[in-house]
Amino acid sequence: MIEFENVTKSFGETDALHEANILIEDGDFVFLVGPSGAGKSTFIKLILREINADSGRILVDGQDITRFSNRQIPKLRRDIGMVFQDFRLLPHKTVFENVALAMEVIHATQRTIKRQVPQILSVMGIEDKADEFPDHLSAGEQQRVAIARAIINNPKMLIADEPTGNLDPDTAWEIMQLIDIINRRGTTVVMVTHAKDIVNRMGKRVVAIDHGHIVRDSVGGEYGYDD
Amino acid sequence: MIKNLFYSLKQAFIQMWRNRGMTLASLFSITAMLLILGLFFFLTVNVSFMTESVKEQFDTIEVFLEDSTSYEEAQTMMESLMALDDVSNVEYISKKQAMAEFKERWGENGYLLDGLSENPLPNSLRVTLSNLQGGELTASICRNFIGVEDVRYYQTEINKVLAISDALQKAAMVIIIFLVIVSVVVVSNTVKLTVMARRDEIMIMKYVGATNWFIRGPMLAEGMLIGMISAVISLGIIWALYEKMVEMLGDQAFVLFSTTFVETEFMMFNLVWIFLALGLSIGAFGSIISMRRYLNEA
Repeated sequence: MIEFENVTKSFGETDALHEANILIEDGDFVFLVGPSGAGKSTFIKLILREINADSGRILVDGQDITRFSNRQIPKLRRDIGMVFQDFRLLPHKTVFENVALAMEVIHATQRTIKRQVPQILSVMGIEDKADEFPDHLSAGEQQRVAIARAIINNPKMLIADEPTGNLDPDTAWEIMQLIDIINRRGTTVVMVTHAKDIVNRMGKRVVAIDHGHIVRDSVGGEYGYDD
Repeated sequence: MIKNLFYSLKQAFIQMWRNRGMTLASLFSITAMLLILGLFFFLTVNVSFMTESVKEQFDTIEVFLEDSTSYEEAQTMMESLMALDDVSNVEYISKKQAMAEFKERWGENGYLLDGLSENPLPNSLRVTLSNLQGGELTASICRNFIGVEDVRYYQTEINKVLAISDALQKAAMVIIIFLVIVSVVVVSNTVKLTVMARRDEIMIMKYVGATNWFIRGPMLAEGMLIGMISAVISLGIIWALYEKMVEMLGDQAFVLFSTTFVETEFMMFNLVWIFLALGLSIGAFGSIISMRRYLNEA
């Protein structure tokens, strides 16, 4: 569960987010839409505590993360899986090692890692790519690796920052179906996107941000504006 | 804790192998720096060792007495000399003793001196100085005694030796400091390149919830391993070089400076600790300093 209570974050003169209030329940699937620079990235960075709010409270699972010390941040991030537009895989590590990294961070044993990584890779349909380096994979395959890394520790939330931005429409739709499956298994999904047809086709909750304000929050909503 | 250590070491070895080029570059720069440092270290230690032994040999003033000076008069001189702060000992050397010493120094050819009808050597006082700085003053006091024929004191020679060794040691210190600065810059730049290449890695690790120490551990281990390997390599090279030099030049050094080189074992025993400490800390500080910026970013 994510709850923003009157959250304001400004950079210099401009408010990237102004008195924002939002409640995202466990198991929700939320699209975050809005023009570039509207405050979507700020929203995500606040949840991850990459930046901290100027005022207001941000509750993640009931805990006010604006009051977290730097030592508590790693713990917070272990409950959140992150997927990016540019995949952010380590080029010098194999697919297996890239996914295993997320488990090593939480000090999983090598036995557990060797058992679970192949499982998740096969769920993602890339079990035969385990020993490849990311450069040798297609964009869609790379995003599957990134998603595998994001969910291998069973996080409560998956945050995706334009996960389909670098993919062709067919591949993008495949990735969306994977994310939908993850959501159906109980993981809360927050996805920033500019992909109008994906938002319209999925028919999920849509939160629109513009100039730091939440201008619309509708269940089963449409993308709703032209870029 | 132990698991972290193993993880760090394992990752360090993997990274060192995958970034062979960088690893080699760091190894080379640290090794080169330690080598040059080591050479200057040996130079300073040897120079100060030689200076000490030269000082020891020249810390006496010889006061030759006129034949008319009685033993009682000599005793008075000795007492007043002993009262001086810079004098540690005064010894009376009779004609006979002087001749015996002379013969001994001539060794096998000593019998030649037996042909002398009369002992030409004077009675003398041998004044041992506790402080070389007071040598000139003491010598002039000796010259002013009545009944003294001549005073021999190698002041200029000593001063030259002292001046040379002083200059050498100062130059060596300046060069060592300069080298340390240069090498720290070189090493931290090398490490910075490695870390810059791993900037994304650090960021990604932070996103999946890695603690700072989890990220720092392997890089710290890597830096320290590289430092340690460099220390071992340069120790080996220096050991071989020094032993060779002592072997080849040891005898000449004795003739030239009437002293030997400091023993290899003694030098190496000290250098092992200095180098290991230097190598480890350069590696550790290099990685921590260059990582700090990126660790605090995300």
